[in-house]
Amino acid sequence: MCLAVPGKILSLNDCDGTLMSVVDFGGIKKEVCLEYIPDAQVGQYVVVHVGFALQRLDEESAIRTLAEFEHLGVLEEEFTDGFELAARKAGLDNPNEARS
Amino acid sequence: MKYLDEFSDPGLARKLVDQIKAATSKRWSIMEVCGGQTHSIIRHGIDQLLPDIEMIHGPGCPVCVTPLEIIDKALEIASRPQVIFCSFGDMLRVPGSEKDLFRVKSEGGDVRVVYSPLDALTIARDNPHRQVVFFGIGFETTAPANAMTVYQAKRLGIDNFSLLVSHVLVPPAVAAIMESPTCRVQAFLAAGHVCTVMGTDEYPPLCEKYRVPIVVTGFEPLDILEGIRRTVLQLESGRYELENAYSRAVQAAGNVAARAMLLDVFAVTDRAWRGIGMIPRSGWRLSHNYRDYDAEYRFSVADMRTEESSICLSGKVLQGLIKPHECPAFGTLCTPRNPIGATMVSSEGACAAYYLYRRLEVSHV
Amino acid sequence: MSETPPNGRATIDMQTWVCPVPLRDTPNVVMGHGGGGAMSAELIEHLFLPAFGPAADTGMGDSAVIDIGAVRLAFSTDSFVVKPLVFPGGSIGDLAVNGTINDLAMAGARPLVLSTAFILEEGTPLFELSRVAQAVGTAALSAGVKLVTGDTKVVDAGHGDGVYINTAGIGLVDERADIRPQRATIGDVIIVSGDIGVHGVAVMSCREGLQFDTTVASDTAPLHGLVAAMLDTGTDIHVLRDPTRGGVAAALNEIAKASKIGISLDEQRLPIPAEVRDACGLLGLDPLQVANEGKLVAFTPAEEADRVLAALRAHPLGARAAVIGHCVAEHPGMVTARTALGGTRVVDLPIGEQLPRIC
Repeated sequence: MCLAVPGKILSLNDCDGTLMSVVDFGGIKKEVCLEYIPDAQVGQYVVVHVGFALQRLDEESAIRTLAEFEHLGVLEEEFTDGFELAARKAGLDNPNEARS
Repeated sequence: MKYLDEFSDPGLARKLVDQIKAATSKRWSIMEVCGGQTHSIIRHGIDQLLPDIEMIHGPGCPVCVTPLEIIDKALEIASRPQVIFCSFGDMLRVPGSEKDLFRVKSEGGDVRVVYSPLDALTIARDNPHRQVVFFGIGFETTAPANAMTVYQAKRLGIDNFSLLVSHVLVPPAVAAIMESPTCRVQAFLAAGHVCTVMGTDEYPPLCEKYRVPIVVTGFEPLDILEGIRRTVLQLESGRYELENAYSRAVQAAGNVAARAMLLDVFAVTDRAWRGIGMIPRSGWRLSHNYRDYDAEYRFSVADMRTEESSICLSGKVLQGLIKPHECPAFGTLCTPRNPIGATMVSSEGACAAYYLYRRLEVSHV
Repeated sequence: MSETPPNGRATIDMQTWVCPVPLRDTPNVVMGHGGGGAMSAELIEHLFLPAFGPAADTGMGDSAVIDIGAVRLAFSTDSFVVKPLVFPGGSIGDLAVNGTINDLAMAGARPLVLSTAFILEEGTPLFELSRVAQAVGTAALSAGVKLVTGDTKVVDAGHGDGVYINTAGIGLVDERADIRPQRATIGDVIIVSGDIGVHGVAVMSCREGLQFDTTVASDTAPLHGLVAAMLDTGTDIHVLRDPTRGGVAAALNEIAKASKIGISLDEQRLPIPAEVRDACGLLGLDPLQVANEGKLVAFTPAEEADRVLAALRAHPLGARAAVIGHCVAEHPGMVTARTALGGTRVVDLPIGEQLPRIC
């Protein structure tokens, strides 16, 4: 279900009492109904499914998520016991634990 | 496309795959609910990258699970000379008991593909002397669009428009799958865009009752991998909680305005899922307020009844009990070219996805 | 066909994969039969050829090569039924001329003459017809081809979508050329002459029920000059195909089956413009299955690929040419692609018409 795609609101207009907008999907522009996000503003990103905006895209959250992916594994390497990490990756018990 | 392309980055995908492998100590079986997720997994070869994770393709394709009866009702209505029958493209090749919408078109029916239900409403306004019917299928993601369309039709008095509704709901399906005695599913990737609409509050009780992790997951490769990663971490540590791995598009409360509209326009009903059977209170039909716009009543097809094919094992596939190529009809009687069940039609259907993308692997056996 | 050996895993015989009775599902012609994919192929193989009987030359490709004494002629026909008649970047008139010119060019022929047969729907405004006819004349002139004969018929209103055009063309096959879909060889490099998916997106953007605004304009163009430039490098080109309906996916699948080799693509090397990708993303389409009208795919021996690529890129119609894959011994008859993530996907022959999806 659910081919829903993010796009940027370019303009708002009223069509027979229905809140509509033109949304830009990277160059492709399409008419989208904004009735479910009535306080949406021009310039904001929304997630669109079959001609309806279903949610505002949380840009901060998107950036944060990507940053988390970038740092995956990095923090672990900085703060974990190096032996434990290497042992886990090799599928062995932590040699340090075995010794102590 | 912004906010899409970044979530396909191959370098970051590699990192996520490594993280998942590092965390995995045994084989796990995870069901992704949504057909769009199945499509993404197979199209990018994600399951090939994670040999210790078995991805079970769930019944999350509305094309696949739309009851056979509704398809037959759609075909009956579309055949009537007065009618302009509008539908999403997905539904055109879904086989009914005897034919599909393409065949009805070839026999003279006016069948039109639209991108949005609002396009059907426009067609209704442009053709005041014809009856225009929109085929309102889908999960909770698509329901708000269909609801708003019929709401506008009523408000603007576009009386030659009606809606043939067959919505299905995810949480009852998850419960039905877990209740099955042969269930192998240990965790779920919940359908991201369903939760965009409905929020996440229906899922913690399911986590509790069935002791399964449920992670709300998006559709791009990084989203799917992140959903799997968080799921594996839960499974490895014995946790079973609801997590949201698609926070850029999903809030806990969902879309409040949409949920309010859905309450007004639709009413919960029992629904027979094609290939699975009756799941109580698992669907939506038009509410009493909108009965005048209900195509089932307008065209007097409400009492049609249908029998399902006994050859088609799509139900077992949809519940993750068998893999598509274990069905005797797979690739022989039933191919994407000549589908018996809906799972072979939709590009997300588990059988069609398997047919297209797994031929390589299976042929090497 | 499909057996389950004792260990429980089904094996599938690649050769007999397709349903054995492909026409049994419908007694009528359906839209899918015109899609350029599996259904079209089956209609030809299971209805037309048997019906034509011994008169049919089983070669029946896009273009026929006929030997007349010392001369080799190419002969091709194509019909154009596009809706709407006019779209960003061109009209049915341009397609009608360039389409048949390209079928001839794909056989390595220089196009000489075209016929044009019009089937007109009663009630079509004459100014619209005039616009289409002018497009035909302009396209023929700039391609250096003469319009030598034609025909006009009219059908009742409600029976024709305005204007249908059939063109047939004759060309002179270059003596250096031996270009046939059966000649693809293991190790051959596959080159596409430029951006893919452009024409299909341009047409879809103005179809009722799907309209969207885009700057994408059809890539309709005659390719015989480009082919001549390739032949001038002295390369022995094995296969040429213009990927029209069904897109690059259909073209490569047909060639893989005709030559009985496998094809392996590299997804990251496919030249897909951002707007085509976005439109396909919005509608749920695969750019590999979207029609092109001014592009070709070429199969060349590996050692010649660089030369051919340079010749393409030096030509205005081939500036964005790229190597997209090669022919392999594995999975004969099938086309696969390596995904950006390092996985493998199958690129299948589209079944019927391409339709937007919600799921």
